[in-house]
Amino acid sequence: MKQRSNHWLAEWLEGLGRITLLAKESVHSLFTLKVAWRDLLYQIYFVGVKSQSVVLITGAFTGMVLAAQTYIQFHKVKMDTATLAVVSVSMCSELGPVLTGLMLAGRVGAAIAAELGTMRVTEQIDALRTLATHPVDYLVVPRLLALHIAVPALTAESMSVGIGAGYVVGVYWGGIDPVYLWYNMLRYTDPSEVIVGMIKALVFGGIVAMIGCYKGMSCGEGAEGVGRATTEAVVYSSITILITNFFLTLALGKIFHTL
Amino acid sequence: MIEVRGLKKSFGSNVILDGVMFRIEKGESVVIIGRSGGGKSVLLKHLIGLLQPDAGQVLIEGEDIVPMNERELLRVRRKFGMLFQGAALFDSMTVAENVGFAFRRDRSLPEQEVRRKVAEVLEMVDLPGTEDKKPAELSGGMKKRVGLARAIIYQPAIVLYDEPTTGLDPMAADSIDHLILRVRDRLDVTTVVVTHDMRSTRRLGQRIMMLHNKRIYATGTPDQMFQSEDPIVRRFIEGVSDPKELYF
Repeated sequence: MKQRSNHWLAEWLEGLGRITLLAKESVHSLFTLKVAWRDLLYQIYFVGVKSQSVVLITGAFTGMVLAAQTYIQFHKVKMDTATLAVVSVSMCSELGPVLTGLMLAGRVGAAIAAELGTMRVTEQIDALRTLATHPVDYLVVPRLLALHIAVPALTAESMSVGIGAGYVVGVYWGGIDPVYLWYNMLRYTDPSEVIVGMIKALVFGGIVAMIGCYKGMSCGEGAEGVGRATTEAVVYSSITILITNFFLTLALGKIFHTL
Repeated sequence: MIEVRGLKKSFGSNVILDGVMFRIEKGESVVIIGRSGGGKSVLLKHLIGLLQPDAGQVLIEGEDIVPMNERELLRVRRKFGMLFQGAALFDSMTVAENVGFAFRRDRSLPEQEVRRKVAEVLEMVDLPGTEDKKPAELSGGMKKRVGLARAIIYQPAIVLYDEPTTGLDPMAADSIDHLILRVRDRLDVTTVVVTHDMRSTRRLGQRIMMLHNKRIYATGTPDQMFQSEDPIVRRFIEGVSDPKELYF
């Protein structure tokens, strides 16, 4: 039992080391490489445009259910008009970035791991290397940049749609006065909440890209290897996003409250 | 041109290569033969730095590539072209994009010149006019030809072939052999072929090396090897199995 847990720990630490080296190589490449705009635009299209429906549905229904639940509780203490403020703060600082990150871990992280994993098992990554092309420059950097650009944009979209959907539920289902509802939302939503959400989105984009690329590029042989890499990319990205979110909330809260 | 000294490689507890040593001169055509799973492809990948050995040296034009990192290796790999066993074409790209990949990446040539070079090299591998096809539309032999076109487009000094005729019918295999000879003679390249196809071995090799028991067991000209009295070499060349051994 002890031997097994030692083996697991050693493997986990090795993985952490390798992903750190991959991140270091990617950052080095990011600052020294000429960006291949065509590759980058394709990746932004794949991550940003193709994820629209997932992000819109998630954002809208999260905003709606949050508004409904908040209204039910706040109505008991006659605080109905604060409903949208709760929705707004939650969507901006927590739910918008976290749910967008989780959705993209499932959709984009899995696709990256599967694509790169297939390239690895069919020796396409080795072929890239023989053509004097560094796999990090060609495969990782465009995906990393695309996620850094697309995730904050998608998060902003998710926040707006969530607040809009919450407004509709509050006004048409809860019967709350729309003017007070909107006024209180603006009054209690500090711009720092939006900034916190955007910083988180930027970090989560990096997590999805790095874990997806790492799992794909280091996947085992055959169809089983690709399948396992894809599953692990989704699971590890999701868990990392949730854990990182907690620490980011504490750290960013401290920074913005002392400013 | 290529020198390997005391090369050792293991995957976990499985020792694949244990003290491999040889030298290949410029312009030479060498065929490495050996049993499936015996480490031929692993050895080939060490020559171009796709795998890092546990010990030993790999010298390319006198320069040891073992201590180099991936970025330093990119410079050395410009001297190489490699044809993979499954061709390893980029399946999201057309034939023209595959073949012209290296030039389009480093942007060293204008697009028109790249297109001209792609057409020229496709002509050389007998596949003119296939620029717009996708790899999925090609047969096994055609894929290998495109893989070879991609490997030789920037006129490397050394071309490595990993089982170039495996999985092909005898006629396609024969035409690939002729193509390898044509590339060798026209481009004056050093050729290293890994195979267990005896017909290709005889035709392509000026020198044959046999990898056995994790080392280079025997080396010689095709005549020397095919007339060898050594029982292990004989059994391999004639394809005779040992009843005491399992071959699956």
